[in-house]
Order: sequence, then structure tokens, then C-alpha cells
Amino acid sequence: MKSLKHLFGGNTRQFGMIFALVALVVFFQWRTGGKTLTSVNMMNLFNGNSYILILAIGMVLVIIAGHIDLSVGSIAAFVGIVVAIAMRDWGIPWYLGVLLGLVLGMLIGAWQGFWVAYVGIPAFIVTLAGMLLFRGANQRVGNSLTVPVPEGFRYLGAGYLPEIGPTTGYNNLTLLIGFALVAFVVYNEFRGRRRLEKIKAQVPPSWVPVVKVVLLSAVILYATYLFATGRPGTSFPVPGIILGVLVIIYAFVSNKTILGRHVYAVGGNRHAAELSGVKSKRVNFMVMMNMSVLAALAGMIFVGRSTASGPSDGVGWELDAIAAVFIGGAAVTGGVGTVVGSIIGGLVMAVLNNGLQLLGAGADDTQIIKGLVLLVAVAFDVFNKSQGKPSIIGLLTRNLGGGGGTRKTDADAPNPAPTEQAVGTKEVISHDV
Amino acid sequence: MINHTILEMRSITKEFPGVKALADVSIEVRAGEIHAICGENGAGKSTLMKVLSGLYPYGEYSGDIIFQGKPVQFRDIRSSEAAGIVIIHQELALIPELSIAENIFLGNEPTRFGAINWDLVNRTALELLARVGLSEDPTTKVKDIGVGKQQLVEIAKALNKSVKLLILDEPTAALNESDSQHLLDLMAGLRSKGITCIMISHKLNEIEQIADSITIIRDGRSIETLHVKDDGVDEDRIIRGMVGRSLESRFPEHTPTIGETFFEVRNWTVGHPSVPDRLVCKNSSFHVRRGEIVGFAGLMGAGRTELARSVFGRSYGTYRSGQIVMDGKEVTLRTVPQAIDAGLAYVTEDRKSLGLNLLDDIKTTTVSANLKKITRGLVVDRDEEFRVAEDYRKSLRTKTPSVNEGVAKLSGGNQQKVVLAKWMFTDPELLILDEPTRGIDVGAKYEIYGIIQKLADQGKGVIVISSELPELLGLSDRIYTIFEGAITGELDRRNANQESLMKLMTASRKSA
Repeated sequence: MKSLKHLFGGNTRQFGMIFALVALVVFFQWRTGGKTLTSVNMMNLFNGNSYILILAIGMVLVIIAGHIDLSVGSIAAFVGIVVAIAMRDWGIPWYLGVLLGLVLGMLIGAWQGFWVAYVGIPAFIVTLAGMLLFRGANQRVGNSLTVPVPEGFRYLGAGYLPEIGPTTGYNNLTLLIGFALVAFVVYNEFRGRRRLEKIKAQVPPSWVPVVKVVLLSAVILYATYLFATGRPGTSFPVPGIILGVLVIIYAFVSNKTILGRHVYAVGGNRHAAELSGVKSKRVNFMVMMNMSVLAALAGMIFVGRSTASGPSDGVGWELDAIAAVFIGGAAVTGGVGTVVGSIIGGLVMAVLNNGLQLLGAGADDTQIIKGLVLLVAVAFDVFNKSQGKPSIIGLLTRNLGGGGGTRKTDADAPNPAPTEQAVGTKEVISHDV
Repeated sequence: MINHTILEMRSITKEFPGVKALADVSIEVRAGEIHAICGENGAGKSTLMKVLSGLYPYGEYSGDIIFQGKPVQFRDIRSSEAAGIVIIHQELALIPELSIAENIFLGNEPTRFGAINWDLVNRTALELLARVGLSEDPTTKVKDIGVGKQQLVEIAKALNKSVKLLILDEPTAALNESDSQHLLDLMAGLRSKGITCIMISHKLNEIEQIADSITIIRDGRSIETLHVKDDGVDEDRIIRGMVGRSLESRFPEHTPTIGETFFEVRNWTVGHPSVPDRLVCKNSSFHVRRGEIVGFAGLMGAGRTELARSVFGRSYGTYRSGQIVMDGKEVTLRTVPQAIDAGLAYVTEDRKSLGLNLLDDIKTTTVSANLKKITRGLVVDRDEEFRVAEDYRKSLRTKTPSVNEGVAKLSGGNQQKVVLAKWMFTDPELLILDEPTRGIDVGAKYEIYGIIQKLADQGKGVIVISSELPELLGLSDRIYTIFEGAITGELDRRNANQESLMKLMTASRKSA
């Protein structure tokens, strides 16, 4: 068990989730007779879930800061319809449409952030209002009709990378991305080790990085193979690339920058943060605004994929995003959570959805199972904690700071505090002896 | 009154994963006495009481508990309460939005035909309140009465359960002098009515005043039981037992080197944050010199914390008027970041809710008030963070396996060292320490005093706010007294004693 922990660089919760994810994929691959791990299905999976995962990135920051955002689905729909109409009626090109959407998202976010951060109304209320407000606005602006979007815009939600360079039988750009990722994994592992040695922290035995790099590389190369060998003209999908870039940016911001630290600080103890010089109002404003910008982006990707903006786009998205975040190890009370964890949580839900669909399960059964998974995942965490285990696991995992790898594992030293906290309860086990 | 043994705990051993919290602890309590349990933080006092009250149920510990001559095995709090043992925790278990009477009868409501009999509730509550000397309407909400009175409500609640053995965990920790005295008198009154009390306290003077016997626990073992009358026990004797050595002096030797005045507050006036007409600081002026430790004495609620926090970037109340002058120049500190940049640091009295993010570990806490210093470009340098935290861990001698440890797991003294490290890392000119040794045991206090003195020796100014007059007298070079938001006096260390301070702390300034 300890060696496994070494391999996955620390965060027990994420380790469990990665394990669950792999197990799910293997299970469905077996049950569907090999229909899960195919080029077409994997592309569908990413195309069909990227917008939820993008929402999860923003949502985890909101939840870490101690808030919630219920309005993301409505905002996505509102931005989608405005952009679609702007492109149809004013004839603006698709890229200006995207820009318009992002600016609109920012304005909406500023509106909500203002009420949450500066007026002090709980985010639950502000965004519940927003949920109604922007759903209504969507239907008013679009007259409850569906508005198609031009070809260029669809690239955003359903596009593939172009074929360039020599004819290899594979999609060259996908190959390039895969190789770059492998190189990054190797480099990062090497660097993390050097760093541990430099600060004289405990370094895991030398077989660990080798096995880890080999395993991760194998996964990445297999995925690369799947995506590069789809029917001609397909590749790793564009929404997936947007998602990947966002994950890298946000994992970096949340882990390594002052702003990221401040988000965790405000969520962990707002008063203590303020007395340490953190401008908590600004932090709250930023996370709320950021969420709306990402909601706008998610809405546009969805519209691009479905080729039109409709009056019921984005219904229930907020709940999918929130579920992903909590499955990914965040705490209801704030201060705990990771971007990468939330993505893994979202992927667990996505694979589950996809696999059950392939098996021919109905929407009813799918929902029941998803609900149970959410409950069990969080219950597992609470159970783990109530047994006094986290302290032991915490000890095991704490010293493995620089062990992270790529997007699959946490980037670098997963925030030590969050790792040992369970979902839903922030109360700290202190043995007052 | 004092005769037979009411409670005996024999060879109690309780282990947590990796820690032996109690090792073979034995204690004997006689009926009708006040029995104090003393020990440093982390010695195992609270754990022992949790075992006794059934919070750690039978089976999770080994050893025997004999109550009123019969062996008992409590499964939970209810079963210990049924036997007549009631524990009152340090953090009061009252529900602020409910009335005093509702709180007293919570979980125990008398019903008539299935509905709560409110007449009976309020009538009985009134009787119980009279017994604890609290003249409040039983229908008053608990949030509307002070901590001292809340403590009395807790005791009334215990009396309602026909308590035989009352356990009080740090009952006076949050109380001011007069409330504490009232509580101690009440305990003596209960004793005369035959109720046995076990009391955990850090306030040795109170123990000396009221306890009949004292059991000392150190490192999870019971060391000795002292009988106050027979053994001629005084504070020094208790401390010797608690730390296992005698502390010749409770304060390190220190010769101050005091420089020129560099920090001055003039005519500082601040309004209450929610009641604008009320002033929490009234026209206060004070100054601090380099290398000087300045004490602020005042009763709880006198406005000491309010003054400190309003100076520290106006983090409390609404600013009305007044100037801050640093090194001869007037400065305006509107926000906490501005105050930090100007060289101010404020260590709060309420470590857990205002001072620490309990989810954080030591290293992230240490750098949290000055992240800029370890940020290269956009990236917070985690290697540097580790090194900084490690340096402070060594120089302040924080007891922890590693700086990766969570702050929630540290004892009060070590948490305070981490908080001090955090502010030392901002390289302040003036440190404002609000109750710096609250909830910290004797040995760690000595170390904290040493750190404070060292900071002063580096030419920094230090303000110490404290409710413990001996601490202020032992530590400060100069002491201001505060009463009802106004500074009522300024005494040099040589001219100050407890009486002169107390007089100024309780009487309004003549001219005002």
C-alpha cells in the first residue's frame, strides 16, 4: 500500500479516485466487449463532457473559497444565446463571438462577485437568483427559440486538430502532444526528486520514479494511440485541448501562486486570512467572476458542439460540476480541494455515464447509480477520517511533496492541508491528551 | 463534610494511534471536596475527564472506574449523567439562539400530554438560577448574556440533572476577575451542599484558593496528589510537580536596552462596528520606544483588543479620529496589508478562530503573512518556504516532528510559536501581542517570554496585552491601563504593582 502511495505522489483521495477511474474503465471495457476504449468513444467522451469539466475547474475554486455557484448552467445558456444571435444578426466572425462571450461572462461574474464579496450576500442566494435571472434572460433574448451558430464556431465544440506534416497514418499533432506529455512526465519526476534531495526531505526509493514514469507514459501513449488512429480527419478533440490547457493553468494558479494560496486561506479561515493581510473581498470577487467566465466558455463550447443555442441548454450543469468537485475531495465548508482532483471526479462521472450508455442503461438507472456513487465516495472519505486513519495516511503522504507528475497526478506537492481533510467535515481531529 | 471516597479511577490507560495519552493514571476523589487536576497542556487532563464522562466509552481504555463504591462502565455521556456525573467543557455547550430555560432543559424537557410544559420549565429554571446566583429572566436568549453568566447557566443545567460529581474544564479561562471570583464562590457553595467538584485549571492562584486536594498529571501519568491544608501547598509547589522541576523564576532574566520613541498613537477614537454611537476607544494616546516592552492592562471588555486591532489597519470598528506617527512621520494605515507593510504585526488573542487556518500545515502558516518574500515571478517558492519554516522551528524550538505537520495537531504553546514565527517573518518594527500566553502551559510560557524579550533586544517595539497582571509586571518595561475604552494611566515597571494597576483598571480617569 505504501509503495502504491509512493507511486501516486501523495493525495490519498486522488489516488483512490484514479484507482476507481481505472477500475471503471477496465470494467466497462470488459462488459461492453471492448467498445469503451475505442477512438470514437473516447472522442465522444471528451467532446461530451469537456464543458462540465471546465465548469468543475471554476467550481472547485469557488468551493475552496467557501461558496457555491448554482448559476453556471443558466449563465452558460445566456452567453450561448447572446453570442449565437450576435453572430447571426450582426454577422460578427466566430472569434469575435468568442471574445464577446468571454467579456459577457466577465461582466456577469463581476455582477455576482459584487453581491457576494462586497455586499456580503451568501453565494447560494446570489447564484440562485442568478440561476433564475439568466435562464429567464436566455429565453427572453432568444424568444425560447433555437439559434444556429456558424461553421467556425462549431470548431470550438466539435473540432479536431488539422493533419499536418508527413503522412504517418496517425494524426501528427496528437502524436506531438502525447510525446510532449511523456517528456514532461519524465522531466517533472526528475526535477521533483532533485528538489526533495536539495531540501533534504525524505526521498522515495529509486524504483518508484521508474515505475511511475513507465506507468504514466504507457497510459499517455495508449491514449495518444487511440486519439491519433481515429478515422481520418479526427484527432484529440479541440474541447479536450482547451480543457487540458485550462487544467494546467488553474492547477498552477491554485498551487503555486499567491492568489491560489489566498483562495485556500480565505476558505480555511477567513478572519485569520484577513488579519494576515489577505484581501478576502477581492479573493471572493475573483473566484466568483472567474467561475462565470468559465461558465461562458463552457456554454460556447456546448453551443459549438450542438451547432445551435437553445432555451434549455445547461440545465442541471451546476449540479454535475458540484458533484465532480465533491467526488474529487473538496469540503463543503471550504478550504479543501484541488483542481486535478475535481477533474478526476468529473471523469469518474463521465466514464460512468458513458459506460452505462454503452451498456444500454436508461437515464433513470444512470441517475440512480450516479447519485449513489457521489454518496459512497463522500461517505468513504468521512468513514476514513472518523477511524482516525487520515493522520496515518497523512503521515505517509505528507513527505512526498514533489512527487506529482502530469495532469493525471497532482502537479506538485498537492496542498498538504487539503490532502488529509475529508469532504463535508472540516473539523480537525486533535487528540487533546 | 469530607469523608469517604466518592470516585476512584485506577490504572487508567488510554491510547490513540501512535500516542499513549494516559499511562496508568490513578486518582481518588473524596465526597464533598473540590479536587483540582493540574498539569501542562497535553499532560492528559482532558483525556482523563473524557474517559470519566463516557466520551471515550468503556472498552476504549483500560483500568477501572469506581463511583460511589460500585465499578461503573459508561458507554456515553448519557450513562455517566444518569449516574450523576456531569462535565462542563471549556467550550460551552449552549445554544445561543435558545433561551436560558430551554438550554437548561435541553434533551430533558418535561412534557404534559406530549407537549413541553413551559410553565414548569421556566419556574424550575428560575429556582435553579437562584441557586447559582444568576438574576436573569429564564426566557432571555443565551446569546444575550455574557460568558460569565453562560458558565452559570451550564452549572444550573448540571444541577437540574441532580449532579453528584461536577467536572469543570477550565471554568474561568474565558472569565474576567469578578466573574471568576463569583464562580469560585459558587463552587465553594456547592461544596457546602455536598456536591463534589473536579476542576481542571491553569490558574494556579484559583486552585490554591479553592481546592481541597490536587492531583498532578504529567506526560500522561499521575504524579502525586497533594492535600492543600495538610501539605502546605502553594503555587510554586504545584508548578514544581507539573513541570518536574522548580522554576526559579517564571520570567527569563532581561535587561532592556530602550531607544527613542518610534511609534506613537495620538487621540485615537474608534466607534463600535455595529453600534455607531458607542465608542470602543476614546481619545487614547500612547507611544512605544525601540527595544521596549509595553504592557496594556485592562479587564476583559475594556477595549484593549479593540484598540490594538483598530490600530492594526483598522481591522476592527469604525475609525473616527486620531493619528499614528511612525519615526516622526504621520502614517495612514487603512487596511491590514498597509499596516503589515508599515511594519506592524498583530498576534490575536483568539488563536483558533482569528490566528490560524487549522487546515494549514506549519510551513504554509509560517509564510502566510509575507508570501511576497518567497515568491519568484509568479511562483511561490516551496523550497524557500520549507527552509524558512525549518529555520523558525529550530530557533523558536517548536516541538513537532516536521514542519509539514498540520498546525491543528500542535499544542497551544507550539501553535503560538508558529504564529509568532509567521509575524517575525514579516520583519515587523512593532509587534502587538494580544494575550500571548493564553491557553499555554507554564513551561511554554517561559519560552514565549524569552522570545518576546529577544524581539525587544533586536530593537523592535513590543506591546503585550494581558489579563494576567503578574505576567505584565514580570514582562513589561512600562504599563498602560485601560478602562472602558480610555487609557487611564501609565506606570513605570518600578512603580507598578497589582494593586495600583487594578485601581487604574477599574476606575475612570479623573479628568475624563
